[in-house]
Amino acid sequence: MAATGEHYYVPEGSHWPIIAVAGIFLTVLGFAFWANGMSFGPFSTVAGLCIIFYLFYGWFNDVIDESMSGKYSTQVDTSFRQGMMWFITSEVFFFAAFFGTLYYIRNIALPYLSGEGHLGSSNLLWDGFKATWPLVNTPDPDKYTQVKEAMGAGGIPLYNTIILLTSGATITWAHWGLKKNSKTHLVTGLACTVALGLFFLSLQVYEYVHAYQELGLTLASGVYGSTFFMLTGFHGMHVTIGTIMLIVITVRSIKDHFTVEKHFAFEAVAWYWHFVDVVWLGLYIFVYWI
Amino acid sequence: MSTVAAHHDDDHHHAPPAGMKRWLFSTNHKDIGTMYLIFSLIMLFLGGGMAMLIRAELYMPGLQLLEPDLYNNMVTNHALIMVFGVVMPAAAGMANWMIPLMIGAPDMALPRLNNLSFWLLPAGATLLIMSVLAPFFGGGAPVNTGWTLYPPLSIQAGMSMDLLIFTLHVLGISSILASINIITTIINMRAPGMTMMKMPLFVWAWFFTAVLLIIVMPALAGGVTMLLFDRHFGTSFFDAAGGGDPVLFQHLFWFFGHPEVYVLLLPSIGVMGVVIPTFSRKPLFGYKSLVWGMVVLTILGCVVWAHHQYTIGMSVFATKYFMIGTILISIPVGLMIFNFVFTMWRGAMTFETPMLFSIAIIIMFSFAGATGVMLAVVPADLQYHDTYFVVAHFHYALIPGALFGLYAGVFYWLPKWTGHMYNEKLGKIFFWWTTIAFNVTFFPQHFSGLAGMPRRIVDYGVQFQEFNVISSIGGFAFGLSHLLFLYIIIQTVRGGKKAPAMPWEGAQIGTSGLEWTVSSPPPHHTFTTPPTVK
Amino acid sequence: MSYHFGALSGSVSHSIQEPHPNSKSKVIHNTSYRKNLFVRSAAITTFALGSLPAWAEMKLNLVEPVSPLTKSVYDLHMITSWLAFWIMVVVIGLVGYAMIKFRKSKNYQADQTFHENSFGRWSWLLVPVIVLGIDLSIAGKANNTFDQVEDIGTADVTVKVTGSQWKWTYDYIEDDIRLISSIKKKEDAGDEYLRSVDEPLVLPVNQRIRFLHTATDVLHAWWVPAIAVKKDSIPGYINETWTVIEREGLYTGQCAENCGTGHAYMPIQVAAVSADAYQSWMAEKKSKKQAEIALASSDKIWTVEEMSAKGEEVYNTFCSACHQPGGEGLAPVFPALKGSPIATGDIAAHLNIVINGKQGTAMSAWGAQLSDLQIAAVVTYERNAFGNNVGDVVQPSDIKAARK
Ligand code: HEA
Ligand code: HEA
Ligand code: HEC
Ligand code: CUA
Ligand SMILES: [Cu+2]
Repeated sequence: MAATGEHYYVPEGSHWPIIAVAGIFLTVLGFAFWANGMSFGPFSTVAGLCIIFYLFYGWFNDVIDESMSGKYSTQVDTSFRQGMMWFITSEVFFFAAFFGTLYYIRNIALPYLSGEGHLGSSNLLWDGFKATWPLVNTPDPDKYTQVKEAMGAGGIPLYNTIILLTSGATITWAHWGLKKNSKTHLVTGLACTVALGLFFLSLQVYEYVHAYQELGLTLASGVYGSTFFMLTGFHGMHVTIGTIMLIVITVRSIKDHFTVEKHFAFEAVAWYWHFVDVVWLGLYIFVYWI
Repeated sequence: MSTVAAHHDDDHHHAPPAGMKRWLFSTNHKDIGTMYLIFSLIMLFLGGGMAMLIRAELYMPGLQLLEPDLYNNMVTNHALIMVFGVVMPAAAGMANWMIPLMIGAPDMALPRLNNLSFWLLPAGATLLIMSVLAPFFGGGAPVNTGWTLYPPLSIQAGMSMDLLIFTLHVLGISSILASINIITTIINMRAPGMTMMKMPLFVWAWFFTAVLLIIVMPALAGGVTMLLFDRHFGTSFFDAAGGGDPVLFQHLFWFFGHPEVYVLLLPSIGVMGVVIPTFSRKPLFGYKSLVWGMVVLTILGCVVWAHHQYTIGMSVFATKYFMIGTILISIPVGLMIFNFVFTMWRGAMTFETPMLFSIAIIIMFSFAGATGVMLAVVPADLQYHDTYFVVAHFHYALIPGALFGLYAGVFYWLPKWTGHMYNEKLGKIFFWWTTIAFNVTFFPQHFSGLAGMPRRIVDYGVQFQEFNVISSIGGFAFGLSHLLFLYIIIQTVRGGKKAPAMPWEGAQIGTSGLEWTVSSPPPHHTFTTPPTVK
Repeated sequence: MSYHFGALSGSVSHSIQEPHPNSKSKVIHNTSYRKNLFVRSAAITTFALGSLPAWAEMKLNLVEPVSPLTKSVYDLHMITSWLAFWIMVVVIGLVGYAMIKFRKSKNYQADQTFHENSFGRWSWLLVPVIVLGIDLSIAGKANNTFDQVEDIGTADVTVKVTGSQWKWTYDYIEDDIRLISSIKKKEDAGDEYLRSVDEPLVLPVNQRIRFLHTATDVLHAWWVPAIAVKKDSIPGYINETWTVIEREGLYTGQCAENCGTGHAYMPIQVAAVSADAYQSWMAEKKSKKQAEIALASSDKIWTVEEMSAKGEEVYNTFCSACHQPGGEGLAPVFPALKGSPIATGDIAAHLNIVINGKQGTAMSAWGAQLSDLQIAAVVTYERNAFGNNVGDVVQPSDIKAARK
């Protein structure tokens, strides 16, 4: 509720949203053309992405300037916080859809195909198909390539779990530094987090190459590959975005943008990072482990 | 940056900027609301135009106007435009206009985000129109799946399908951002003393609408993303040969799709919650139970999606669960309906256009609900499913339940928005014309459905001819009535009797909001310092 | 590429585009077809309204059920329909009464404390409890009927029903007989167009029949309302329904799940006959099949003419829905075979697309559905008809080799 008497900052007209629309439009349009093999596609997508990067730079800059010049009352700050909370909620449901997919495939679709349950007579169509998870042999091996070896839970995924959990700790540690008003503490914490994020990403790239080249685990190797790459891929995308945002707030910390009382941007990024962390735990358990 | 940094703290007191900038760069909730409303009016004519093509084609057996694929493409885009381009934006436009006024906020909580949410819509609409046009320019097969986009049929289509997938992404982002904004506004921007339980029902209704959108929109985004991957990157989410299942897409779609129908319904319920008390001159009956009813509806609405998929062969247990869950939805909705009836009970009613629409909604939407319960009964739905009985059900739900509610809102708030009273006589003619034409169009479809006419067919046997002739005639009359609607709106915008701050006698009783404390039309910026509610 | 606009463009070429042969509308269509849309629609309206007395025969309710299952469903439907009726009576009654009684124009004073009396305080509980009671009683009835739907016991006859774009394939599992059923052409069907097929499914009455539903390409739904409820046909999965038909007769239905271009053109017919008639029909089918097999596996070398003649039949049954009887296809989706590089070029490529189909398009793998002889015939036909005149002939043995 409104802190009475304070003035709520309503910005003047802004050109950023319309630029954002242009960027998004060109990106997806290009993608649609690209996917259908039209040469115009990649250009449009690249142009769109450039606009989006420029946009983030410009829009954030404006917001940072406004924030630094003290235009934001506590109520504005609360709006930002709540906005971020609900945004993360929507992200949670986005991942829920993918986890739901994994659940459905493993516990409903594959048993049907192998002759169990309500639609068990489907097995008539896939003579001898047996459901296993990870699914290395698809019902129609001619159409979808075989997986030579499933992705284990040890090794890289385990390291990545440790890395992300540690990064969750380092960002909290950085927050303590912020609250203590100790800049070195804060910046060190953030720098460690960024480093861990980058480390995670490079391991994931390595893992993907390994999957494609040695395990025969690809997007086109049946539902196991499909769900594996969809879940880990979207997660990796979020880690990338999170790392970029972490870099931004590290720079801002160095520039003394945050105060003990007001540091919405820091908190938003921290929440996001924790969210990405929790999703990874889910991934580790349901995609790699069980 | 430039202008903002220059002067501090004087952001409110400007007259609106001149020219295109006012609209393109707008951060003003009233201007953005107006743009939403205009956008949806344009889309109504586009989506309605497609409906007219559909009805013209079905006028007679045989193929007269549209190729089978083009016909199904019209059905698909008719539905998508009506749902994503008409009802949702119109409701969002009203939310933009009215919520800050009702709760005494200076604007939406995140004004720039608000602008982004709106301008994504024309971008989405452009993609949608490109999807319709692509097949004419060598883009391969059109989308002929219907708005449900079920694979594997949607995998066969050409690049139209990709454009449509991105349309949904863009529109989805728009709705999620708008919802975040609305929820934040409602929670954080209320004037001192405007407690949650004092808010007009319209605000509550939008609160739950926004919550629903945030929960279900991402599932649709995920579903169509997987579709895109199956189409182009060799994945097999929806292909049994790789261990996937086409039905999985249906679950994702309807996990979005069923709550979506309440997204369409709730804003109208909100409008009725302010209109009916106003013209009954009596407080809303059962305000609390309406709010709690919406809580129940939001929760139940998210867990009954598979009643659209009774024919796919779910397990017996799952099917029964979905059946019972669906039937139980009649409880919160029935509560709402009866609360509205009891609000009228022992009131002192007058029958201005918004009230006429609201009363018609009570009756016709109850009928839609009753056929909905018939559909929810599994064994019977195994006969009704995918016939015109379903088409009749959902047009009764969507047109009274969503569109008429918005019409009621338009007439109710036009004086506030424009500062002019609309022509009541024309309003009443419009009401009777649409209501009669609507029933002529869609009532016979119950019977053609029972007699066995499947939906999404371009051609039908002679046994269905009579129903379709009536339906088409009704449909054309219904379409024409919208020209009158357009006329009334233009007339009101351009002039007419001056509207006072509170144009309706019973308005103060009708809503507990602050919208009537400002002039009609309100100044460009309202409540720059928060008013206090006692 | 572009669409053909049925009545608006000059190129009305394929069979499904012609006007309906219904005598009432024939008159109009025979006159200048695209003279003037306005005049035409006025004329149609007049004729259509003129035909409204036909209402007497108009069906206003579900099709009359002829199996125990559809009968229970029908009864359930009547219960819920009456419920809907009474809900409307209550709602309209209350609203109507209020509108008449409580109007300001009659100087009625609003009762500002109505919501505070005991009814006002308890209605939040009262209404839900009543509605819950009604809900549970419907759910209870539905529950029992649904158990009946799902009661898939042992059956006397099992038929696997396969939907494909756009025809039905029926496999009698016990007898190893296959029927392929597509829409009967307008020329032959007359007024029965869109509800008659070339080869109906033949079933015995008073025997328990089990249907296994599946599809080869996209979703379909096999629905004959009088005898069985609908279940979707899902590619890669099998759904089950059952029936016992209690009366002889010809029952009609239609594909009830959107399957694309030809969705309107997938009617279904079931001929229910006595057990004896069924037996002799089946015996005849079997001996025909024996003869076919003998012919296909003989070492006979076929001439172009023989093969093409046979191929034309196959083509018109299986291929013409998409590629059109004249081989001109349907732009932009279905390619023309007339002059197509594949149908006039290398035989191997031609055999390959027909046997293996093309992933992600409507062109399915026909290798699994047609015999060697049929494929050889249709390929030969395609290479020699429509002015393709390549002149070569494919033998069944070539197909066997191509299948590997
Ligand atoms: C605004 C939109 C809207 C709304 C509000 C509803 C509301 C309901 N709908 Fe509807 N529905 C659609 C839009 C909507 N629907 C659409 C678009 C489709 C088709 C989608 C597609 O396939 O393309 C569809 C399809 C659809 C189906 C699938 C049919 C099929 O494809 O086979 C079913 C099945 O259960 C169903 C049920 C219901 C029920 C039980 C309600 C309930 O919420 C209704 C509750 C209301 C009442 C019950 C009336 C008021 C209550 C009383 C007066 C109290 C007394 C009542 C009782 C005792 C019962 N709907
Ligand atoms: C809010 C949603 C909404 C709304 C408002 C409407 C409005 C209308 N709908 Fe729609 N409809 C759907 C949602 C909606 N529909 C959905 C979800 C489907 C399912 C799609 C699917 O199966 O995938 C569907 C499907 C659908 C079908 C079934 C098609 C099929 O299965 O083959 C039909 C057929 O009659 C139809 C008709 C109409 C008509 C006549 C109107 C009328 O109300 C429209 C009236 C409005 C106008 C016409 C406005 C414009 C006025 C003019 C353009 C002036 C000019 C007028 C003349 C020249 C006469 N609709
Ligand atoms: C459901 C529709 C459908 C049916 C039925 C069908 N086809 Fe096709 N056919 C297609 C489509 C779509 C393509 C285009 C595939 C592509 O994109 O290359 C095609 C392509 C072909 C081609 C290659 C043409 C070219 O030049 O690219 C041949 C040959 C062919 N079909 C033969 C047949 C035969 C023989 C039959 C019947 C036994 C048949 N088709 C039945 C849809 C169909
Ligand atoms: Cu097959 Cu519709
Ligand atoms: Cu639903």
